[in-house]
Amino acid sequence: MPLPTGDVIGIMMDNLKKRKSVFPISRRKAVKWSKKLDIPIGGETILYTGSMYQLLPYMIAAVKRMGKMEDSFLSKFVGMGRFFNKFFNVSAIMFRPKRADHKRFRRIVRDIARLLMQAEVEFGYLYKQELYAGALAFDMGADETFEAHARRVYDLLKENNVRSLITIDPHTTNVIRSVYPTIIDGFDLEVKSYLEILAEKDNLRPINEVSGEVAIHDSCVYARYENVIEEPRKLLERAGYTIREPKDNRDLTHCCGGPIESLFPKMAHEIGGKRVKQLQIANGGSVATMCPICMATLQQAANGDLEIDDISSFLVRAFCEPEEKSKKKKGAEEKRSES
Amino acid sequence: MTQVNPDFIDKVTTSEEFNATECMNCGVCSAVCPLEIDLMPRKLFRYALLGLEDKVLEHTPAIYQCLLCKMCEANCTADVRIAENVRFLRAYISKEVYKL
Repeated sequence: MPLPTGDVIGIMMDNLKKRKSVFPISRRKAVKWSKKLDIPIGGETILYTGSMYQLLPYMIAAVKRMGKMEDSFLSKFVGMGRFFNKFFNVSAIMFRPKRADHKRFRRIVRDIARLLMQAEVEFGYLYKQELYAGALAFDMGADETFEAHARRVYDLLKENNVRSLITIDPHTTNVIRSVYPTIIDGFDLEVKSYLEILAEKDNLRPINEVSGEVAIHDSCVYARYENVIEEPRKLLERAGYTIREPKDNRDLTHCCGGPIESLFPKMAHEIGGKRVKQLQIANGGSVATMCPICMATLQQAANGDLEIDDISSFLVRAFCEPEEKSKKKKGAEEKRSES
Repeated sequence: MTQVNPDFIDKVTTSEEFNATECMNCGVCSAVCPLEIDLMPRKLFRYALLGLEDKVLEHTPAIYQCLLCKMCEANCTADVRIAENVRFLRAYISKEVYKL
């Protein structure tokens, strides 16, 4: 028996209405990546993570659980789960992410912030105030829920006098930059992906030598919705990598299958498998993704056969000092200035 | 027996979002779809334009299986906003059927 579409979407939309996020992430966990980076609170320009990377550990746990329920008698109980989820956070009990997943997705957000700092981009962060942008509600056609949430996010940004957002994933970029203006009168925020910002920054130059071939997996949303195609290539080449293009690339990229993972896990896995084969032919070693959903779906489909990682992980190796080294250097500078 | 629902036709044809009337039925969208679902998207849009609400709802799983990846749209010769049209049908189902 397939998963009941209405109830699965219903659980996520109830969470968004009641708990301001489609999956039950605690604000403490959502901001943990920023520890000791000394990012100012708020400001006119802010880094807006939309908690997408931070939510991925929950999505992975949910998909695993849902995959077991798909085509089994257990799918009958999803409706009951939705009923109880309205009163207490059932999804938080059911979807328990692995600690290792929290750590690796936190590391990606931290690397992105470090890359921006290295390029001397000034930005603040809303910390625990920041909200999920609502992309899933929009994609699922839950328009009333989405519109109410979008207004909540916009109001939050306005209350904090934000004028410009630096986004870090394609879904948050698209929904705030291209969808919010269609429903919010007078929308006047500037929204740019960190990839677009870094590509423009000529001062971002490699400080470590890297080499090797990297196959690039374009996100459908970046490539076909937001025309972010050249920027990741420019950055990887500037870092020192040789880019390998899969058969379907750029504006004709092949989907990873991730968008339907929560409703149709098996089908999503099959699509991910097709894409992994294309990437294996392009380059049997490393693959750079630029969306947390693509990364998680393709990693699962590749099952360890390819090194699939976020583009920021490749860039940080070339453009930033390793964190331990950079901490020691900062400490030494502080001591010098004290004496 | 499938019945035509005039209200459904009104909702579809008066919507600014739904522009499947531009479709020439060339089939490129079906050919390039990563899901290889024959129904998607042109046959589904035809049902919607004809007001065959039952037929549209019968294919609810396919409507939610769409990846919204826009591979079809990038290859569409008639500039049909295919992903937005699928999302329009989802919005209809979410509201009228799932009561979200």
